[in-house]
Amino acid sequence: MSEKFEPTIIGFTCNWCSYRAADLAGTARVKYPPNVRLVRLMCSGRMDPTFVMKALAGGADGVMITGCHPGECHYIDQNYKALRRFLLLRRTLAGLGIEAGRVKLVWASAAEGVHLAEEITKLVEEIRALGPLNWPKWDEQAEHQPEPALEVAA
Amino acid sequence: MSAEEKTPNKKPEKIGVYVCHCGSNIAGMVDVENVAKWAGEELAHKGVVIARDYKFMCSSLGQELIEKDIKEFGLDGVVVAACSPHLHEKTFRTATEKAGLNPYMCELVSIREQVSWVHTDKAAATEKSKAILSGGVHRVLFDEPLQEMKVPINPNTLVVGGGIAGIQAALEIANAGFHVYLVEREPSIGGHMAQFDKTFPTLDCSACILTPRMVEAGTHPNITLLTWSEVESVSGYVGNFNITIRKKARYVNEELCTGCAVCIEKCPKKIIDDVYEAGLGYRKVVYTPFAQAVPKYPVIDRENCTYFQKGTCKACEKFCPTDAIDFEQQDELFNVEVGNIILATGYDLFDARKVTNYGYGRLANVFNSLEFERLSNAAGPTNGNIVLRDGKTTPKTVGIIHCVGSRDRNFNNYCSTICCMQSLKFAHLVKERTGAEVYEFYIDMRTAAKAYDEFYQRVLEEGTLMVRGKVAEVTDAARQPHEEGKLIIQVEDTFAGKQRRIPVDMVILSNGMEPRSDAKETAKKFGISCSADSWFIEKHPKLDPVSTMTEGVMIAGCASGPKDIPTSVAQGAAAAARVLDKILQKEVALEPIRATVDEEKCSGCRICNNLCPFNAISFVDDLAVTRINPALCQGCGTCVAACPAGAISGTGFSNEQILAQIDGLLMVA
Repeated sequence: MSEKFEPTIIGFTCNWCSYRAADLAGTARVKYPPNVRLVRLMCSGRMDPTFVMKALAGGADGVMITGCHPGECHYIDQNYKALRRFLLLRRTLAGLGIEAGRVKLVWASAAEGVHLAEEITKLVEEIRALGPLNWPKWDEQAEHQPEPALEVAA
Repeated sequence: MSAEEKTPNKKPEKIGVYVCHCGSNIAGMVDVENVAKWAGEELAHKGVVIARDYKFMCSSLGQELIEKDIKEFGLDGVVVAACSPHLHEKTFRTATEKAGLNPYMCELVSIREQVSWVHTDKAAATEKSKAILSGGVHRVLFDEPLQEMKVPINPNTLVVGGGIAGIQAALEIANAGFHVYLVEREPSIGGHMAQFDKTFPTLDCSACILTPRMVEAGTHPNITLLTWSEVESVSGYVGNFNITIRKKARYVNEELCTGCAVCIEKCPKKIIDDVYEAGLGYRKVVYTPFAQAVPKYPVIDRENCTYFQKGTCKACEKFCPTDAIDFEQQDELFNVEVGNIILATGYDLFDARKVTNYGYGRLANVFNSLEFERLSNAAGPTNGNIVLRDGKTTPKTVGIIHCVGSRDRNFNNYCSTICCMQSLKFAHLVKERTGAEVYEFYIDMRTAAKAYDEFYQRVLEEGTLMVRGKVAEVTDAARQPHEEGKLIIQVEDTFAGKQRRIPVDMVILSNGMEPRSDAKETAKKFGISCSADSWFIEKHPKLDPVSTMTEGVMIAGCASGPKDIPTSVAQGAAAAARVLDKILQKEVALEPIRATVDEEKCSGCRICNNLCPFNAISFVDDLAVTRINPALCQGCGTCVAACPAGAISGTGFSNEQILAQIDGLLMVA
């Protein structure tokens, strides 16, 4: 993979914690690489796995899902539901031949601007190491598709 | 409103894009002209008819620009690329509404907090801004005009914490004619202020200024005082909270008790009072924390009561003239309904034992600040005589150490703000009462408020000796004959540029403030957030210091960080003003972010039924469909994401909106 590869990452944030952590990182002028583009949801529980598929299909090289720490959800316990979906989603993605490291779940409270920035920096490096996401070309040579190994990542 | 007459499902066709410079905050890192120009050209196929950049979009001129364009171009969608929606979403939605467009047809995307302030490469920041803006434009195409939900406000208020901040808040609201439930977990209101002797810088007697307020709160017809009580649980939302309160058993019937204190006099058992007297004095097992306690009813300390431990005694019951003692009393749980909540839960004193090199708890004559407050208090265990731990010797030299547990990476990074002034007050009191020589050991002298520095000058003139440097150690290991029997303060005097050993008789540690040990649990109970240190987080540290991110929950006093008395009082009053503002509006608008079920599409699978923590989802057996109660729905969207039939839609965050936004974000490589 090339040194110059700049991954594009879509980040899903919770309105109450991680989006505010991103705000805080800004207010505190904490620096992180510009590869992540954030989508605000009201809660990590709103994270429909379709959104991740859509992002990856649309050209993102990685996805970051963020929410309140366990036990600190603004909506009581919906982040646990996000966690369950995330674990299932990783298995599905593994079945599609997508590296588990491309989709990451991060807990970040509204006070953790620095933590969020560090996690973004880390993920950008990790995805850079994985290289661009190459979807198998389904429409060409359909019968020669490589069989992705079903690896249970969770 | 004109927006209502529109067909709700018509996609916006004419979109206005506004890119803010924010002075140089954004324009310094993002080529805003380029972003606006790009949007005008590359997003024209999405309906962008006008794209502008402007110095300050949030200014009245910036807002007027949007209003003018909406009218002139007939815009039916607005995207502003500026700061975080948490700062100005409301501003731009209001401007949009003023021009006759539904406020929810306006999107604010953040290119300041998420771009210009966090990135350093101008080209990359500009590209990212385009992507974010494009996400907003794609999203606005699927925005729907929404109406805010109005709910009535219950005019009652809950104030948690009966320290000076809570008392002030309760009195302000009660004086305005509305009912307040003031909950305090100790037997009396008054808080830390009730323990002090003098208050800086005026040296007012603390009790003299506080107790009238306490009495006023205790007798006010609009205040229900609930001491020896704690909030058990909270449910509901702004305007309509339901609070469960646990009133702990006092073992004294408040209806019958006259507060004559005969029971206290007759109680045969004395124990050390760790709370009010900071371990320096005794109290009876049936007690009021102090003479001026409000309310005047005593409490029986079950853990230490001879009757509860051994089954005999009942001296208090025998002598009570009104038969008010009730050993059978149980904790009482009851509910109150309130519209707003003020949390004034205060602080804990930093435990000076943690700084082992200062010897607190090991060296007898090292005192902490609260102990000194009690020592110097005329109503305290020594009647205001400043003496050593033996109870009789007056110290000849006293060392006061600042920043104990504060401004210290090993403990708390923050400045506790009050300790400099508190230490200067101590120095003055020691001088006044004992004539002893006083040393102050400080890192920086912080006396930044009205009349504070003048007080510092006064203490200097009184002859207090100032040593600038952080104390390394307090020890009783003498090296020189003149150090024998003394406490030696080892310090680097940074002005003299040398190490000094200063022998003293008494050391006072000016320990700082810490969040309540249960602050995190409290925050969770009330649905607000805590900083990493555990202080409650304000909605905005400068512009909204008494509100929280949770509508209807305010904070006042030290619960959000160290504060002096004047600031705590001001915050109590400010929080009350916020609550009164809500009460007088009679109703509150709730964000119309709600989930709804399309019953035609619902297959009745019930997958969503167990997902809602607010019990908003119910199943209609007759029709075999699920329904969502919009008054209970909080809009998290978990059920929307779970519905396999796509029958649940979440306003404001619909699948279409989010999927379109992802498309937009990925439009720029």
